[in-house]
Amino acid sequence: MVIGSMIESLKNLFSFSAERVSEMGKTIQKPEGEIKLEVKDLNFYYGDFRALKNINLKIPTKKITALIGPSGCGKTTLLRCFNRMHDLYPGSRYEGSIIFHPEGINIASPKIDVLDLRRRIGMVFQRPNPFPKSIFENVAYGLRVNGVKDKKLIQEKVEWALRASALWDEVKDRLNANAYSLSGGQQQRLCIARAIAIEPEILLFDEPTSALDPISTSKIEELIMELKDKLTIIIVTHNMQQAARVSDWTGFMYLGELIEFANTQKIFTVPSQKLTEDYITGRFG
Amino acid sequence: MSRKINSRPDIVFPIVGFLAFLMVISFLFTLIINLFIDGIEKIKDTSFYTSFPSRFPDQAGILSGWVGTLLVMAGAIFWSLLIGIPAGIYLEEYATKRGFIGKIETIIELNINNLAAVPAIIYGLLALGIFVYRFKFGESILTAGLTLSILMLPVIVVNTREAIRRIPRDIREGAYAVGATKWDTVRDHILPYSFGGILTGLIIAASRAIGETAPLITIGALTFIAFLPPSPFTSDFPFISLDKVWEVFMSPFTVLPIQIFNWVSRPQAAFQVNAAAAGFILLILTVLMNAIAYYLRQKVRRKYIW
Repeated sequence: MVIGSMIESLKNLFSFSAERVSEMGKTIQKPEGEIKLEVKDLNFYYGDFRALKNINLKIPTKKITALIGPSGCGKTTLLRCFNRMHDLYPGSRYEGSIIFHPEGINIASPKIDVLDLRRRIGMVFQRPNPFPKSIFENVAYGLRVNGVKDKKLIQEKVEWALRASALWDEVKDRLNANAYSLSGGQQQRLCIARAIAIEPEILLFDEPTSALDPISTSKIEELIMELKDKLTIIIVTHNMQQAARVSDWTGFMYLGELIEFANTQKIFTVPSQKLTEDYITGRFG
Repeated sequence: MSRKINSRPDIVFPIVGFLAFLMVISFLFTLIINLFIDGIEKIKDTSFYTSFPSRFPDQAGILSGWVGTLLVMAGAIFWSLLIGIPAGIYLEEYATKRGFIGKIETIIELNINNLAAVPAIIYGLLALGIFVYRFKFGESILTAGLTLSILMLPVIVVNTREAIRRIPRDIREGAYAVGATKWDTVRDHILPYSFGGILTGLIIAASRAIGETAPLITIGALTFIAFLPPSPFTSDFPFISLDKVWEVFMSPFTVLPIQIFNWVSRPQAAFQVNAAAAGFILLILTVLMNAIAYYLRQKVRRKYIW
């Protein structure tokens, strides 16, 4: 009897896999309002491994969209498709399209200007990654590589970006200090300043607070919500409370597929998919 | 009881290890002290550094030797950096290891360490064939610099790659994420952050090359030379003449190790004193270079902690 029920529960554990995903289907809602990115039948491959499977999704303009899901579900992979970060490593391949509105250029096309794309779609990484240069140079770097030579303009933009990332008051007296002298949370806000200094239209956050303490985390979250007025934000997070707190729209991913995409409030209160509910209630993950 | 037996290797090995370490270090110190005692007469004699070699041991000096060593090393460092750093950057940052070029890249990569193990005299023969006979550079400082630079190249390439590899992926991605090109990233980040490591590799390679004798004898370095290359400096503007610089590069030369070799093979006992003194100077140069390498490594380590 006991052994029988153990086998039964083991079976349940293992059946929680690919076939169950296809069996349960998907619920993808279309957000109201203006659309910034439109992902159509996107497949992404690392060599022969298909990391993203038939993703269809619309990202709303000037809203915060969160991507959640267990480790290895492909949420970071999807995020890094948007600024073509995968191109830095050999063996990556895109299928399908990601339409960047309003021009309607296809991000997944090999013909696009990746440098211009990365200027328009910024990114903040999991671990704060400032350059071992001065605070000022960190923020100015994006402007410099994009051909801004006017010193006064650079100075203005750096100040603007540091103010916008709520760091100005803490660093205005030591702009020439090395960025490594800042705390982890300050470094991450500096990275946000670096990303917004070139005024991107979209900002991608890849688990931006996973290496930070709770106080720094709440500062970053506040900042993300403030930035929503200026740009479209996509955030990948491990932390479901974070997704619930900051985002307007949430996508739940599992094994390379987008299972559910809906209004954040809806997904965390009445999810359409059983799998989403199981993940959100902590039954796996 | 069993504890005692088990703990015995814990006592024995450190003692054996310490003795082995003492032996290694005592070789070096014995050598330095021995050379110093044998050569003290000449080491403290300033005319030893300002005189040309001579048939008379008491008049012989190392002027042409140390000037030659400095000029040849300057050339070797210049050429090996000029070729080694771009090669290291290419292999680490640009090589994709795919397709036909990828096969070449893989072959080069696998063989760089083999190149470091090739005996120096083989490089001497190679240089004799290419630089002396094919390019007609003659038995000159230029040829010697090029020859030693081939010898140094593998070490520099390997060290450049290691220094670059220590730079975290995050830093590169941070640069690319704001729209930097590959060249922007190499120029603004990869090169400056790996510079300390590259310099360390350079000095390690140079301190090996400075003592090389065989390849330079192969290409025809002189063992006895009683004049210096012409000075390239002139009294009027721009104070340096390019023709004269070329003449310097094309001059015959000798270097310290060859000078030592020459003196050691003389029958007169007085020349042995000269050899010891010159050997001491060469050793001090090498130790000095290693000290600089150590200093730079420490300094850079403090600056870039990943």
